[in-house]
Amino acid sequence: MLEKGTVAPDFELNATPDQKIKLSDFKGRNIILAFYPADWSPVCGDQMALYNEMLKYFSKHDAQMIGISVDSTWCHNAFQQDRKLHFPLLADFEPKGEVSKAYGVYDDEVGESKRALFVIDKDGKIAWSYLSPTAVNPGADGILNALEELEKK
Amino acid sequence: MSTLKPEVSSKDHIEGSDAASITIVEYGDYQCPHCAHAYPIIKEIEQTFGDQIRFVFRHFPLQESHEFAFQAALAAEAAALQDKFWEMHDAIYDNQYRLSEDLFQELAETIGLDIEQFEKDIQTDAVKQKVEDDFESGVRSGVNGTPSFYVNETKFDGGPEDLFEMLKESAE
Repeated sequence: MLEKGTVAPDFELNATPDQKIKLSDFKGRNIILAFYPADWSPVCGDQMALYNEMLKYFSKHDAQMIGISVDSTWCHNAFQQDRKLHFPLLADFEPKGEVSKAYGVYDDEVGESKRALFVIDKDGKIAWSYLSPTAVNPGADGILNALEELEKK
Repeated sequence: MSTLKPEVSSKDHIEGSDAASITIVEYGDYQCPHCAHAYPIIKEIEQTFGDQIRFVFRHFPLQESHEFAFQAALAAEAAALQDKFWEMHDAIYDNQYRLSEDLFQELAETIGLDIEQFEKDIQTDAVKQKVEDDFESGVRSGVNGTPSFYVNETKFDGGPEDLFEMLKESAE
């Protein structure tokens, strides 16, 4: 897993079937990357639904939330609509898990991303990272603490 | 391990004795089915342990998932201004199956609130702020779903049944 201080590898993934998002598109803002195993599994829904409710706390720190899993854009679309999510979900779908692997958070055995959080600063460096046990929803206190640390700098 | 931030204070809604050795804090949502499931179990815990525990409820309404959750929290806070927080809290969980926009006024009447005052209070910024402050404290305390419980300010990883079991075991 990539650690604090590392430059966050840039990537380009589909957010919708016809729209791609690059990490570097957000340069100048803080970014929260939330890798998670899969859409629809109850634990994930909880975690993404929770972040959805907390977007205003993240935007106070000028931070963009981005979810990433190996699900396809069509699956993400349906999940996003069902849960009324107001942030992009990226499809690490083809080649499968490539971005998750670059960040060191791919589970080869099950073929899914692990449940991992990265806070990336405005210069594109990883400011904080956290790997959660797959069954445990990590909440958002760690993310907020990391964003507050960034503001102190 | 996540801990409660800020700690329990006079701003909180507290049921039970200040002398209690165990404080249980719940972050809950009035429209959440799991919280409704927890509600009678918490009552049972309170009855079983009496003065040994005190119970605190903080709001954690998931507005995007539950359309009446925030309004329900406002109703409980408006009732609190007439010293009837717990009456409203209980009434909402008892009637969760029929939550609607009109329910809160009906419940306010049932528990004997001054309706005019209630209608005024529920729209104030102060009441809204209280609910938002609770939510933010939950975010900071590491709430990862509802209900989330804290025992003496440390996050308890488990549901209400697990909490009851743990208390029984530690009382033995």
